[in-house]
Amino acid sequence: MFIISSKWQVASNKSTTTADSASLKRLVLLLLLVTCNLLFAPAARAVLTIEITQSYDGGMPIAIVPFKWDGPAKQAPQDIAGIIESDLLRSGRFNAVPKTNFVSQPHEHKDVVFKDWRISKAEALVIGTLRQIAPGRYIVEFRLYDVFKETQLSGYMYIVEEDSLRRVAHQISDLIYEKLTGEPGAFNTRIAYVVKEGAGKAIKYKLQVADSDGYDAITILTSPEPILSPAWSPDGTRLAYVSLEHRRSTIYIQSVATGDRVKVAEHKGLNGAPAWSPDGSRLALTLSRDGNPEIYVLRLADNSLERLTNHPAIDTEPAWSPDGRQIVFTSDRAGRPNIYRINADGGKVERITVDGEYNARASYSADGTMLALVSAKGGRFHTAVMHLKGSVLQLLTDTSLDESPSFAPNGRIILYATSVQGRGVLASVSSDGRVRQILKSQDGDIREPAWSPFNRQLQPKE
Amino acid sequence: MLKHKLLLSMLFAALLGLGGCATDTATKGDGEGDGTTTGAGKFSPERMKQLLAKRTVYFEFDSSTLVGENLEVVQAHGQHLAANAKTKVTFEGHADERGTREYNLALGERRAQSVERVMRALGVGSDRAKVVSFGEEKPVANGHDESAWRLNRRVEIMY
Repeated sequence: MFIISSKWQVASNKSTTTADSASLKRLVLLLLLVTCNLLFAPAARAVLTIEITQSYDGGMPIAIVPFKWDGPAKQAPQDIAGIIESDLLRSGRFNAVPKTNFVSQPHEHKDVVFKDWRISKAEALVIGTLRQIAPGRYIVEFRLYDVFKETQLSGYMYIVEEDSLRRVAHQISDLIYEKLTGEPGAFNTRIAYVVKEGAGKAIKYKLQVADSDGYDAITILTSPEPILSPAWSPDGTRLAYVSLEHRRSTIYIQSVATGDRVKVAEHKGLNGAPAWSPDGSRLALTLSRDGNPEIYVLRLADNSLERLTNHPAIDTEPAWSPDGRQIVFTSDRAGRPNIYRINADGGKVERITVDGEYNARASYSADGTMLALVSAKGGRFHTAVMHLKGSVLQLLTDTSLDESPSFAPNGRIILYATSVQGRGVLASVSSDGRVRQILKSQDGDIREPAWSPFNRQLQPKE
Repeated sequence: MLKHKLLLSMLFAALLGLGGCATDTATKGDGEGDGTTTGAGKFSPERMKQLLAKRTVYFEFDSSTLVGENLEVVQAHGQHLAANAKTKVTFEGHADERGTREYNLALGERRAQSVERVMRALGVGSDRAKVVSFGEEKPVANGHDESAWRLNRRVEIMY
């Protein structure tokens, strides 16, 4: 480790001094895997592009100066500042100060004039450089300032391979977010989703994993039949999903890194809606082996099954509370789909949603205070949140065919699938409804997004 | 709710003059295909031909109740299959794109099961009938309005 100043520390994937070795090993492993995948599948790195459809100007104004590029190529391999800016804007808690308002463009600490940034009406300032030190090897430096207090809030340096530049940018976004909001960021995470490509007999379904902003997608499964309901294991290493590849529903668990998979449910009838318990030891799922869809809990250690619900209506889409003690699910036992709750060891069923024509597919925020769900009004299906305290249901979107809402692990953004001009796209909305974005794909229908837990943070300590 | 709907459809069948068989076997809860379908022959040969030409039945939104001609189509195939005891049949349930995928997977199954129940009542045993659901995953019409949705809320009778 080499320290530039007392505020600067090094976080390198070659160093073991700044983060615990377990997470470093994981990162190195992931780096290797990403590299391998890119070798074998040199497909587009940017599968999804983000378009902001509703912005909010009440966030904290932050100025992010384009990073200085220092290297032999004319252009920097990645626009680090651009990645950070789009991450922060996506959260709905920041506003970017327009570059036309910049009085100066500092890259180094000595060039920062705080008065310039007060004139630009910035409350926070980010500067940095990207320097190539060897072929394919870079140093990324950044500093975050409080413009009013005229102090540096954070500053780090990373030595990385080209493949990790975007990841470092997301990690810087997380550090800035946490410093300025007091809550962890969730930008250095991944999303899983399903892409449907082609038509007629040539239809292909792909289960893909990408960075949280849609970049660096890898395909972990390709099938001629539909794939549904990918769900991340709490440690972020595996996905459970439903595959119709045998022309009936089957649940698999697949390692994201190795691609190895095991079949965990192939009972008569429906096998659907897998949901991991927070400790990763159990899967809640839907089986209709006893005649109609009921919620079961599968213990992964011994494959034992416990039936939780018992009702002739449809019971499906289970999701665990963060403490693992309760499970919410969708049931039409009162005529229309609504959200219900049951203890994870069974017992009395309690209805959670009261209003609305159709409430389904609920999942908890990490703090357990909110549910994200699909709620219909006037025949239009919106992404909504239910604030459990006070039972307030809030519709967040104006799209009409929303599905599969999934919270970012910090609870601030909800990712969902919707339809725009007849095409399946992923979209995100801040959980206060202020900021909406659409992740546009180059081709195919995209659906069934699932946000990974926190799992790949390389945490430099200050 | 489900039982209620089933009883309603059975009652509907009875009202159509086909109930003798349907209600009897429904109370037995099991209809082994022995060819004793008293319902057979209730449709005129032309009508039977018309109904058998249809292999898909349709449903209202979030419903698995067979109404009107859809029930007749199922009954006609039920009678035909009861008389052809070796034929295997698959009921493939589907939903429109609205609502959530897993709920629609369950709804497609429930639709296929409601077809299976009428068939079983007519003597098409579950040993040769298979129920599968594709939920909203396999639309036949690709539009995003009711004209497409009504075609996608369906059960395909495949044999």
